[in-house]
Amino acid sequence: MLNCTIILFILAAILYSLFNGSISEVSNAAINSSVDAVRLVIQLAGAMAFWGGIMAVAEKSGLTVRINKIIGHILHPFFNSLDKQGKAMQAITMNVTANLLGIGNAATPLGIKAMREILREEKAAYTTRSVAMLVLLNTASIQILPVTISALRLKYGAAAPWDCTAPILLNSMISLAFGTAAVYILFAKKKALKYPLPIRQAKTK
Amino acid sequence: MLISDLAAPLLILSVLLYGICKKVDLFEVFTEGAYQNLKTAVNILPALLLLMTAVGMLSASGALNALSELISPILDKIGFPSQALPLALMRPVSGSGSLAVLDNILSVYGANSFSGRVASVLMGSTETTFYTIAVYYSAVKIKAELPVFISSLTADFAGFVFSALIVRLFY
Repeated sequence: MLNCTIILFILAAILYSLFNGSISEVSNAAINSSVDAVRLVIQLAGAMAFWGGIMAVAEKSGLTVRINKIIGHILHPFFNSLDKQGKAMQAITMNVTANLLGIGNAATPLGIKAMREILREEKAAYTTRSVAMLVLLNTASIQILPVTISALRLKYGAAAPWDCTAPILLNSMISLAFGTAAVYILFAKKKALKYPLPIRQAKTK
Repeated sequence: MLISDLAAPLLILSVLLYGICKKVDLFEVFTEGAYQNLKTAVNILPALLLLMTAVGMLSASGALNALSELISPILDKIGFPSQALPLALMRPVSGSGSLAVLDNILSVYGANSFSGRVASVLMGSTETTFYTIAVYYSAVKIKAELPVFISSLTADFAGFVFSALIVRLFY
């Protein structure tokens, strides 16, 4: 899927720019985007390493177990194939906590850790329902306070910049509900839905 | 503003304090955890190189803007402001790109306008889906298959349709 997306994007960019006359911009982007990618990784690397360290301390001290006991109750129904007290569930709750607090830099490394733990616990090398659910939670952006947006709204003269908080939260919940329904339909039978190696190899050949 | 500014520092402090109380060797445990994640960061770079180049080329070509002009008549019918459409198209693929688009919408139409509000809600309630999937999947080195894109994009699409409805409801 990602392969097709990449080809599609590049193809669309080239075809449209030929028609539009923006080929030099596209050419610039083709050359300079690698710099952006490196810059992004450098920006991410510091935060990822830092929050990885913090997470290691939280784990070693048993803090993640305690947080999991509180938030885990709400989250576990969506991850019912996982051990409620296990490492994967702990990582998921930490990831969701970081998302809720709006610490995106912390959420990404914690989410990656959660993904790794899920795959380990379910002994899978493909997208299980738990993995899809985790990805969904992270693409649905549930946060209590939309900091960046409020700052932007203030800059452009919003009467009450925080007035978008409730609608954003409500809209997140609605989109999360639709996404959850999709996950449950698409990944209805965990074992039957193996999208792993066989299909992929057949495709590339 | 204050609460959100406090979130990260307080979280760091409480984790470290809790660690000290439980007699964890902070420095050793922290550096080991940090090292593990640093390796992860390096691992995701190759995938991002390709993905960001493709996205960068697409947004530079102006194709997204053209697409939004093309489908704006349909959107008017469901009550979605066509001014906010470029954001809806940009949002799943690029975080910095969509932030730039939101900035543009707010500066042109104002923060208190209908399209400005819809854009804000849309921005806040969705994520850069393609980027998130690319980062997560390249970090664990498994293949992202179609269903995971469908489920995440379903959420994005619902967020897109409902953002206009919700703004009408609230204001």
